[in-house]
Amino acid sequence: MRFGIVVFPGSNCDHDCHHAVKRVFGQEAEYVWHRETKLKGFDCLILPGGFSYGDYLRTGAIARFSPIMAEVTRFAARGGLVLGVCNGFQILTEAGLLPGVLMRNKSLKFICRHVNLRVENCSSPFTGAYEKGQVLSIPIAHADGSYFADDDTIKRLEDTDRIVYRYCAPDGSVSAESNPNGSLANIAGILNETGNVMGTMPHPEMACEGVLGSTDGGGIFESILSKFT
Amino acid sequence: MKAKVYVTLKKGVLDPQGKAVMGALKSMNFSEVRDVRIGKFMELDIDGKSGKEEEARLKEMCERLLANTVIENYRIEIE
Repeated sequence: MRFGIVVFPGSNCDHDCHHAVKRVFGQEAEYVWHRETKLKGFDCLILPGGFSYGDYLRTGAIARFSPIMAEVTRFAARGGLVLGVCNGFQILTEAGLLPGVLMRNKSLKFICRHVNLRVENCSSPFTGAYEKGQVLSIPIAHADGSYFADDDTIKRLEDTDRIVYRYCAPDGSVSAESNPNGSLANIAGILNETGNVMGTMPHPEMACEGVLGSTDGGGIFESILSKFT
Repeated sequence: MKAKVYVTLKKGVLDPQGKAVMGALKSMNFSEVRDVRIGKFMELDIDGKSGKEEEARLKEMCERLLANTVIENYRIEIE
C-alpha cells in the first residue's frame, strides 16, 4: 500500500506517521508538500498533527486553503481514504470534509497524555480491526480538541454510526469525568457520510509499538491495510 | 477603504476563555460582571471605494475564512 503524508508548514507529526506506516507496518510512505497540486498513486492520505500556519486565526483555517487541499478534496470525493490526526482533523473540519469544529479545550490547557477511548464504530475502513465497546489507550496532545457541532449534527453522527470512539474511563464508561477537553458527547473521532474520511484527536501513529506504551493505535493502520491486501 | 470585522461566538457555544476572564474580573471585585464572551476584531485595508461589490466580497471573506460560521457570527463595518 502507498500512503501519502501531507506536510504543511508547521506540521510536526509527519515523521511519526511516516515511521508508523513505513517501519512498523512496512508500507510505502511518501511526504507530499502542501504546495503540490497533483496526487498520484496513493491509496491513503494522512493529514498529520502539528500547528499548521501557527494555528493563526483558527486551527486549520489557513491550511485548508493550501493548494494540495483541492486535490485532497477530489481524492476524498473519489472514495479515497483520508485520515486526519489532531491538526489534520482540524484542517478537515475547516475544509468541510468533516462536520463540526475543534475548539479550545475546556480547561484552556494543552493536554498531553494517554486517554482511554471506547470504540463505537468497528465497520469503517479505519476501524474494522476493533470490536465495538473495546477500550483503547492512545495519547492526545492538543490545546484545541473540544469537539463542537450543532444538535442536529451530533444526532446525525450518532444515528448513522459515524462516531469512531469516545473518551471514556478504563472500564469503558463514558462520563464528564472521562472527558479531557469538553468535547460534546465525549467525541474523540468521527467519520464522514461515506465512511472514507476519518478525523481523530488521539494520535494512533504514536501508539503502534510496545516501547511507546501502547499498541492500541495500530488497529487503525491494520484496518486500512486489510482493505488493500 | 477600511473595513472592520467583528467575529463573535454564537449563543450557546462554550467560551472557556471568556469564563476565565470573568473569574479574574470577579476576583478583582468587579462582582457586577455577569458574563464575558471573547471574540476577534480585524481591520482590513482594502483597495477601492466602498460599494455593493466590495461589500459582497467582504462578506465572502468572512464566510470562507475570517469566521467559522459553525460557531461564529460576524459583523462588517465599512469606513
